[in-house]
Amino acid sequence: MKLQLMAQVNSFMAALVLIAAFAMLAQRKIKSLVALFAWQGLFLSINTAVVGLVAAKHHLYISSLLTLSLKVILLPYILHVLVARLKIRNEIETIVNIPTTMLIGIAIVIFSYHLTAPVREMSTLITRSTLAVALASVMIGLLMMITRKHAVTQIIGFLAMENGLFFAATSATYGMPLVVELGVALDVLIAAFIFGIFFFQISTTFDSLNVEQMKNLREDN
Amino acid sequence: MPILFVMVIENNRRLLIYMSFAVSALASLINALAGILTVASGKTEQVILPFGLPALPFHLRLDQLSGFFLFVVGLLSFFVSIYSIGYVNRLAAGKPIKRLIVFYNIFIAAMFMVCLADDALFFLVAWEVMAAASYFLVMFEDGRSENRRAAYIYMVMAHIGAVLILLSFGVMAGFTTGFEGYTFDAMREARFPLKWATVAFLLSFFGFAAKAGVIPFHVWLPEAHPVAPSNVSALMSGVMLKTAIYGIIRITFDIIKVFPWWWGTMVLVLGLVSAVMGVLYALMQHDLKKLLAYHSVENIGIILIGIGLSMIFTSFNLPTMAALALIAGLYHTMNHAMFKGLLFMGAGAVINATHERNMDEMGGLIHHMPWTSAFFLVGCISISALPPFNGFVSEWLTFQAFLLSPSLPIPLMKLLIPLGAALLALTGALAAACFVKVFGVIFLGNWRGHNHPVVTEAGWSMRVGMMLTALTCLCLGILPTIIIGWMDVLSERLIQAQLITTSGVYGWMWLTPVDPERASYSGPLVLIGIVTVCAITYLLLHVKPGKISRVAVWDCGFQRLTPKMQYNSVSFSMPFRRIFGFLFDIKEQIWLSPQQGHPAFPVKSNYYLRVRDRFWGWMYKPVIDYVVLFSRKAGMLQHGRIHVYLIYSFVTISVLLALL
Repeated sequence: MKLQLMAQVNSFMAALVLIAAFAMLAQRKIKSLVALFAWQGLFLSINTAVVGLVAAKHHLYISSLLTLSLKVILLPYILHVLVARLKIRNEIETIVNIPTTMLIGIAIVIFSYHLTAPVREMSTLITRSTLAVALASVMIGLLMMITRKHAVTQIIGFLAMENGLFFAATSATYGMPLVVELGVALDVLIAAFIFGIFFFQISTTFDSLNVEQMKNLREDN
Repeated sequence: MPILFVMVIENNRRLLIYMSFAVSALASLINALAGILTVASGKTEQVILPFGLPALPFHLRLDQLSGFFLFVVGLLSFFVSIYSIGYVNRLAAGKPIKRLIVFYNIFIAAMFMVCLADDALFFLVAWEVMAAASYFLVMFEDGRSENRRAAYIYMVMAHIGAVLILLSFGVMAGFTTGFEGYTFDAMREARFPLKWATVAFLLSFFGFAAKAGVIPFHVWLPEAHPVAPSNVSALMSGVMLKTAIYGIIRITFDIIKVFPWWWGTMVLVLGLVSAVMGVLYALMQHDLKKLLAYHSVENIGIILIGIGLSMIFTSFNLPTMAALALIAGLYHTMNHAMFKGLLFMGAGAVINATHERNMDEMGGLIHHMPWTSAFFLVGCISISALPPFNGFVSEWLTFQAFLLSPSLPIPLMKLLIPLGAALLALTGALAAACFVKVFGVIFLGNWRGHNHPVVTEAGWSMRVGMMLTALTCLCLGILPTIIIGWMDVLSERLIQAQLITTSGVYGWMWLTPVDPERASYSGPLVLIGIVTVCAITYLLLHVKPGKISRVAVWDCGFQRLTPKMQYNSVSFSMPFRRIFGFLFDIKEQIWLSPQQGHPAFPVKSNYYLRVRDRFWGWMYKPVIDYVVLFSRKAGMLQHGRIHVYLIYSFVTISVLLALL
């Protein structure tokens, strides 16, 4: 009975993560985007804790706490500071308009469910049905990087991809070993720092954080 | 050794040149002697060096084939090193002599190593060292873009060749057993299935052909040889190309051993094409060194004719004929090393004195450089295959191989063998015409150029170097029986057949390759005949004073003869351009420059001629164009926009996910 409940909580969290991903895809304001990212992190963290409870894997609590502190508090804070420092207020420019992006996102979700169908049949884990959601959120993160012009949204897309991967890890195998998770968390943190430093450089060089400008770096032939 | 000298003697340029070239001459001589002794004694020595890659030591082996090539390389290097003392001294000051000396010595050492190597690894190492050293030598005067281009083309061709050779060794090593599969010994033991033997042979043959300059892989040759210093060109043309011949013989006769007849036919056809096309292209040149470079293509063709015939005869199980053809090819290898070395040394002396490579700007040098012209004449006669010099002997032997061949059971061969003999004859005739042109235009007549520099005779060491080479040419020409007797062990080892060189009482005088009834040649007698005729003519002319009188040239009543009216190289080769024009890419223009704009009164007429190699346009340019086009197209993928790159990865991931 408890297992049933937990499976439902898990599915619910998966749905929330996916909704957050779609919300990020649709969001035009950069501050709200950061907030959405924090929400996604929170759902992820709760989900990890739930899975840890179900599977009786106690190291998942630690990784849940790690997710909470990093992805819900620290990274959004860094991004927030970045946005404030760089004085970004504009709406986010997109390459493809938002309804089309959403449609592509839906296609990705269907594609992911189609892809993970064989896995769902073979697996015995209670979290197996959420694998498709994890895959979809990875690809939506990538889609976000593709469709947005602004450098800060690109890093948010990157971090969203990482969220998706983490989710995949917890849902497919009850989480990676703790060492690996610690390493990944550290990597993400460092990546965020490096991106932050780069953005300052880029914005001073190009007077803009529009990555379209970077094509000027290419040598002409 | 000489590299050490470069480090020690930094300041004194003269001393440095003397010491280092003397040492390299000595080293070359020792190697040549070792080569002679090895061939003469028939012994084989093997050494495993304690270094190399971990667990893969280098193997050295000195057998008769190595010994023969060691002798050829050593002898010419000896002569050229003597010549270099004077030549490098006379090169314009301020050039990086140290670099020249270092790479010159590495180059020679690498050639020796190639001949001695007994495993694929060491062979390739030596081969690449040789290519790299000669690349730097070609780049010696790197101030001019034309030289850099030539060196680059050379490097590209050398690497294509090396890759093919590497692949060939790989194929062969695949059939060996045991851990030491990379040694030639293991490859000799191995039995190759026909299919893979063919693959290995084709790869190695084309790899070596790229180095030897066989048409159509010859494009680097006429570019690289003219721009290198002349002593280097002498070595590159004289002996470096021969290392490729060595490789072909080593792989075909020594390692693979059993082969079908069509391999030999392919070698023969490529040899014939190289010989005829090489000499025709040479005829069209007016750059002296470029002309000589095309003649290298021709002579490599003649050598390959010998080898190809030998392979054909071997596969039809005619060992005596095979031995004859192989000896002819090897003899020509040695001869070509000598006379081409001599010609390049002579060309170096001429170019050094006149600072000019275009033959149409020269003329009448026989008055200023009598020694050089005499030696050059020896080279010309040798390469034109006229008795009593050495070129005649080997080409005559090749002819004998053609003419004495019994009819072979395959219709194609019945057609090819007479045709080959005819083409070889054509080649000889054209080569003779070409060297009449070279000698006539450079040394005879009057100075054709615009400014007349002071031309002085070459220095003593250059003369000594050339004289020794010329004497060698003569010896090889008049004593072929002794030399073939010495070389016979080669054919015995490789195809288990000996040549009956002598017969009768005065055996050493008569060269009779198969049967005294059919053909024989006596070098000493021909020499005596020629000397006698010359002496009688001289006596008849000079014995009475006043029989020779010098008068002004009859000017056909025109009264104003200028040096420009002489035959020059372009006019000399005009008939050949008319006959064989379809083989060349010719652009010829004549136009008149009118006086003050009025077309009725031209002041002077201009002539423009450009003859180019068709192979560049046929084979190389399309490849280059496609590569450039393809890389342009591939370059379009690189937009420099992050989104595009992200889309690439997104699409790749999706496709992979969907497919797998």
